[in-house]
Amino acid sequence: MIIYQELYIIYFISALLFMISIKSLSSPQTAILGNNLGISGMTLSVLATLLVLPTRNDFGILTAGGVAAFLGILWANKIKMTNLPQMIALLNGLGGLASVLVASAELERYTIYSADLVIGIIVGSIAFSGSMIAFLKLSNKLNIFAFFIRTRHIINTCLALAILILSIEFALKANLFTAYFLILACFAFGIGITISIGGADMPIVISLLNSLSGFAASAIGFSLVNIVLIITGAIVGTSGLLLARKMTQAMNRSFLQLFFSNEKETIQNQTNEQYAKTGSPEDAAFLMQNANSIIIVPGYGMAVAGAQYALYNLMNLLETKYHVKVRFAIHPVAGRMPGHMNVLLAEAKIDYNKILSLDEINADFENTDIAYVIGANDITNPAAKSDSSSPLFGMPVLDVYKAKTVFFVKRSLNAGYSGAQNPLFFADNTLMLYGDAKDVTNEIISYL
Amino acid sequence: MTTTFLASIFILSCFIGYLIIESVTPALHSPLMSVSNAISGIVIIGALSTAAYANGFNAEEIISLLGVFFASLNIFGGFVISWRMLKLFKKRKQK
Repeated sequence: MIIYQELYIIYFISALLFMISIKSLSSPQTAILGNNLGISGMTLSVLATLLVLPTRNDFGILTAGGVAAFLGILWANKIKMTNLPQMIALLNGLGGLASVLVASAELERYTIYSADLVIGIIVGSIAFSGSMIAFLKLSNKLNIFAFFIRTRHIINTCLALAILILSIEFALKANLFTAYFLILACFAFGIGITISIGGADMPIVISLLNSLSGFAASAIGFSLVNIVLIITGAIVGTSGLLLARKMTQAMNRSFLQLFFSNEKETIQNQTNEQYAKTGSPEDAAFLMQNANSIIIVPGYGMAVAGAQYALYNLMNLLETKYHVKVRFAIHPVAGRMPGHMNVLLAEAKIDYNKILSLDEINADFENTDIAYVIGANDITNPAAKSDSSSPLFGMPVLDVYKAKTVFFVKRSLNAGYSGAQNPLFFADNTLMLYGDAKDVTNEIISYL
Repeated sequence: MTTTFLASIFILSCFIGYLIIESVTPALHSPLMSVSNAISGIVIIGALSTAAYANGFNAEEIISLLGVFFASLNIFGGFVISWRMLKLFKKRKQK
């Protein structure tokens, strides 16, 4: 059938567009083009499919798509940039869910065993339920039951076994009920493996889940013999995996540690006796206006407080009024999704030439008068270099301690997400500024 | 078309995915993830074809339409949010 051959060519063109789209996203100059190419590829393949396939229910499809388009556009326009990570997690989960639904629809028609469908179901379901948990955690709507934390390894092992048994059962005797039990077991497993992950590990989990929903689409492509699904899913899948791996490297952890590490005990008691010096915003303002150079180190606390605009004002005042050189240092895993800090600083219109990565700026802390650490903790912990008993040992950190004076904006002296106490709080050249990241920054500005 | 053929396409695509992501700057990690997330909504093609072959208004049809709905949400939400993010990066460039 010639018409199907043409559809095939269009699918291939769409897949190429997606490749160029992702490639274009590697530099700021071509990034917008990348997004547009992605939209073009999607439009092309959807339109071609609608025109070629003998759809009997155009009305249903257009309604479902139209309502989703309306809701999606409305919602994506309304959401605040600070809430981006949870929005991306949720959208990703819906993609995974769509893969599971397609697989179920196929099984409803012909209940026969096919390995690609089973893989699609397993991967898609885990991507869905895992993303939902990530979404709930990121929006602070989830409290984990202590019972689950202690027994989760046992529960997860049981669930993994159940998935294996149900898959074999389905392979031996294709039965719709088995398939639906399999989906339920995978949902539970997805919840089980993501529920105890949080904090600084979130960026890694989000990109892993993103990768899973890509691979799920690819598996569906195998069963539908659809080339655009296979290629696109594979590209999204590997790119997510690679991004996650880059981040685990930045934290000196492995994927296994991420999922199987034991619950972190908060190790605080031994150092709490030490004395941390408290500074005032007035002191900070005075030191800042007399400094030559300042490096600002933002973390998740900045995102929570929405302090990026205050930081812009601070930077602007210091540069124009006092001629201080202000720069930003971003650790690869700062925030709750990859590149989180960069987006927020961009939102506040901070010039991206001033925003430097770990490798670019780490040597400069030595010649810096003030390091202003705002809402970050573990990524500055010098124990990662010196103390082999620290849970952070081996993770590359920003050498904030080398700056002449360090200001730490924090709510308390509590340990970071890793559970490690930060010896920097008690260092001679560190002054703590207690309070909300935004309020403290605005107070400093008021003294300038 | 054999599974072997499809599998070789899959493996080659994985390799391409690996190559095109290698050089991305950390500053663009968020938009990159968001766009690739939107692109994974391509599974809508699967939902469209299962919907097309359904015999009347049955379970298969309803499940497919739900698939169309969620995949479209993923696509539209994902591209709009990426566009909003990228617009932020663009503004700074002009200054």
